[in-house]
Amino acid sequence: MVGYIAQQLVNGLILGSMYALVAIGFTMIYGIIRLINFAHGDIVMIGAFVTLGLVISGQIPFPVIIILVILAGALMGIIIERAAFRPMRGAPQVTGFITSLAVSILLQNLGILLLTAQPRNFFCPDYLQTVFNLGSVSLRTIDLAIVVIAVVLMVFLVLLVRFTRLGMAMRATAENLKVALLMGININRIIMLAFAIGSGLAGVAGMMWGARYGQIDPLLGFVPGLKAFVAAVIGGVGSIPGAMLGGYLLGFAEVLFVGLLPPIYSSYRDAFVFIILILILLVLPTGLLGRKMEEGV
Amino acid sequence: MLEVRDSHAYIGQTYVLKGVSLEVRHREIVALIGANGAGKTTTLSTISGLTRSRRGKILFRPDPDATQRDITRVPAEEIVSMGISHCPEGRQVFSDLNVWENLLIGAYLRKDKQAIQSDLQWVCELFPILGDRRRQSAGSLSGGEQMMLVIGRALMSRPRLLLLDEPSLGLAPMLVEVIFEMLEQINAQGTTILLVEQNARMALELAQRAYVMETGRVTLSGTGRELAENEEVRKAYLGAI
Ligand SMILES: Nc1ncnc2c1ncn2[C@@H]1O[C@H](COP(=O)(O)OP(=O)(O)O)[C@@H](O)[C@H]1O
Ligand SMILES: [Mg+2]
Repeated sequence: MVGYIAQQLVNGLILGSMYALVAIGFTMIYGIIRLINFAHGDIVMIGAFVTLGLVISGQIPFPVIIILVILAGALMGIIIERAAFRPMRGAPQVTGFITSLAVSILLQNLGILLLTAQPRNFFCPDYLQTVFNLGSVSLRTIDLAIVVIAVVLMVFLVLLVRFTRLGMAMRATAENLKVALLMGININRIIMLAFAIGSGLAGVAGMMWGARYGQIDPLLGFVPGLKAFVAAVIGGVGSIPGAMLGGYLLGFAEVLFVGLLPPIYSSYRDAFVFIILILILLVLPTGLLGRKMEEGV
Repeated sequence: MLEVRDSHAYIGQTYVLKGVSLEVRHREIVALIGANGAGKTTTLSTISGLTRSRRGKILFRPDPDATQRDITRVPAEEIVSMGISHCPEGRQVFSDLNVWENLLIGAYLRKDKQAIQSDLQWVCELFPILGDRRRQSAGSLSGGEQMMLVIGRALMSRPRLLLLDEPSLGLAPMLVEVIFEMLEQINAQGTTILLVEQNARMALELAQRAYVMETGRVTLSGTGRELAENEEVRKAYLGAI
């Protein structure tokens, strides 16, 4: 029993790492321009396919693949911001939300057009498939890599935001865009950076998603997008540590729900996710680490 | 130094500035007074580039011997680097940042590291409390301290012209005295000030010259003393019967 719970906890850690990475971008974008970005999950899909393409195309070392996937995600984020969201800047919040819905549909259908809707096997190199056992917990190298990469990236991000001049500008912009402008901060660059970082992390989460589940298709972004939304809201939208916390909490909760209850309930896991969301919001309307935010520009 | 010529501006669909003209000379303190909704805040916003005027011109000359530039269409961040610093209404500190970070972000566009350090010292001499609380989050400061921080932050960009929007709002009278004394001192050290105030009595006392705004237009102007003695101003803004 102890071994079983340990295994479930490890699974929760892996799942939570992916949710947290996606939730960070979601929360950063909302924090700065108050945009509920429905298309964020589709970057996960793009990251998964870019990874698959890179793995198939030859002997590219794993660390290089990670970097390329992050860059591809970041580039997609920048393009989407420029093409779709910047022209909508200043419009009511609901306009941004609908725009993001349109972007999401566009990306999914582009995916179907270029790659067909047929799920593809995600090809993971053998050296990432090696299974090893820690006590009663068994892990693949890739699972370990997922957790380590996620933690490294998150530590890096937290340090960037807390201790650099750029991070200071990002925090200031997220809190008060107008006054940030008066300080001479180039708002457009900060917004672009938020999209780049958030989408880069979502891209790498796509790599993890593919490696974890073994199959990918152009519609796979929906689930991680939704979970990231929930994780970000649980943590307090706009708060980066909140998104991380929310992601891991959600990962653990989901795995424990499926693992500890009789199997007939396991198909209700997504309903369960929303029950947690509602319960937390009833007690803490601004999420665990959130603070009150006025609707932005 | 600053000349606003027949500025017309809209906020959304509302016609807010209906031809505002005013002038600020080097090393002056100029007050802009008027009732709520007259367009004082909007006037400052068109100067700092937050709001674009539809018609009219805004001209700025940072120093008496510098060339005059038309800043009507210049982006806000460039206006900051040219030497205009705008303290918006309502003590808007970055409450998630600590006091020190708030001051540093005031110098965001500057590259002269050593001069920034000495300006930090200068600001802390003006407002010792800011130095004492440097690690504290700005959100935890009292209203008066936040006002000092907002002024200190604005000074960190080394402005030639400081635009202040209602610094006395919501502060106890004693604190207002302190703040106004600081403004006098800052002005004496070479910074020109354009001061928007509802507290007309103190503003007219402090300012060399002043303008009165009503519904989007400048209706009166003169020296601080002239306006303080003006019958209409006394009735409308100084509570005289
Ligand atoms: N966000 C806004 N939306 C619509 N109208 C506004 C807004 N802000 C200001 N106004 C209008 O602009 C006018 C001038 O406002 P403002 O410049 O803030 O005046 P003041 O600073 O003198 O009180 C007001 O009468 C108000 O009706
Ligand atoms: Mg005002």
